[in-house]
Amino acid sequence: MSKFMLGRKAGMTQIFDEAGKVIPVTVIACGPVTVISKKTMEKDGYQAIQVAYEEVKENKLNKPQKGQFEKAQTATFRNLAEFRVDDLDQYEIGQEINLADMFQVGDAVDVRGKSKGKGFQGNVKRHGQKGGLEAHGSKYHRRVGSMGSSATPSRVRKGKKMPGQMGNKMISVLNLDVAFVDGERNILAVKGAIPGSNGNLVTITDSVKVNKVAKA
Amino acid sequence: MDLVRAVEQSQLRQDLPKVEVGDYVKVALRITEGSRERIQVFEGTVIAMKGTGLSETITVRRISYGVGVERILPVHAPTIDNIEVVRKGVVRRAKLYYLRDRVGKKARLREKLNVKTNEAHVEKVEAVETETSEA
Repeated sequence: MSKFMLGRKAGMTQIFDEAGKVIPVTVIACGPVTVISKKTMEKDGYQAIQVAYEEVKENKLNKPQKGQFEKAQTATFRNLAEFRVDDLDQYEIGQEINLADMFQVGDAVDVRGKSKGKGFQGNVKRHGQKGGLEAHGSKYHRRVGSMGSSATPSRVRKGKKMPGQMGNKMISVLNLDVAFVDGERNILAVKGAIPGSNGNLVTITDSVKVNKVAKA
Repeated sequence: MDLVRAVEQSQLRQDLPKVEVGDYVKVALRITEGSRERIQVFEGTVIAMKGTGLSETITVRRISYGVGVERILPVHAPTIDNIEVVRKGVVRRAKLYYLRDRVGKKARLREKLNVKTNEAHVEKVEAVETETSEA
């Protein structure tokens, strides 16, 4: 993984591709990010860089947070993230990384973000189960149904679909095409939907699946 | 939403005339057949307009060999070579779906006279540009 960016979802729209076909895109306000620290093989056991996104007033941060930026001698930022990189030397602490350096139209990317929270939901909404009849004497409406077989194994099998918290968890959407890049205004648009509501913080990296194929 | 608009802005067509419901238009469409590209003209009455910004579409209706044909065309599509407003009709509503139930002479619209057509969309264009410079 060597391409990465942080951004905020701005909303969806549609644009035309070269063939004049309409494609749905999600617009992301993307970067720039600033390199804050490096994680090295010798010291940390893995190789990564830590980047910060969205400048914020110093008094919004607590002491440990401020300490990080003091050490790097940069401005203060709201968000931090780490990305594994192959080559640490091409990055310097305090360096600003722009969208245009990272992604071009036609790249395949993965977008990761927190999905919209749906609260505690039943099986019909959470797992797309059918539910029973609403009338005609039916007493089985939206309940879970059978828990499984009886004396063998005399327990509920792991992974049984049950009600619970839905949404509000990290979701990765893999292999989206980059449809539009504006390096000046830091706007990125990817084909398709990404997690969360507008204003949601997302990380954009190059696609794990496509890269696997390319390396092999 | 400003960023969303900015993305749309990059593809908005500003060279086309202003089209309104009731207009009789000739739309020149670029059609690619294999490697060859040719232009096909579809003409008819605009019976509906839908959407805003880049996703705006017009519904053009014509009677072709006795059969009603409607095409929904994205106004800002790069496949549209040109739009010509032949004449403007007098209409009192936004959707002229009632024309579907009419045949022959009843399916005509009264012509709006003394109007200039086919002038590029200058007014709207300026308004949009000022908005982006602020954003």
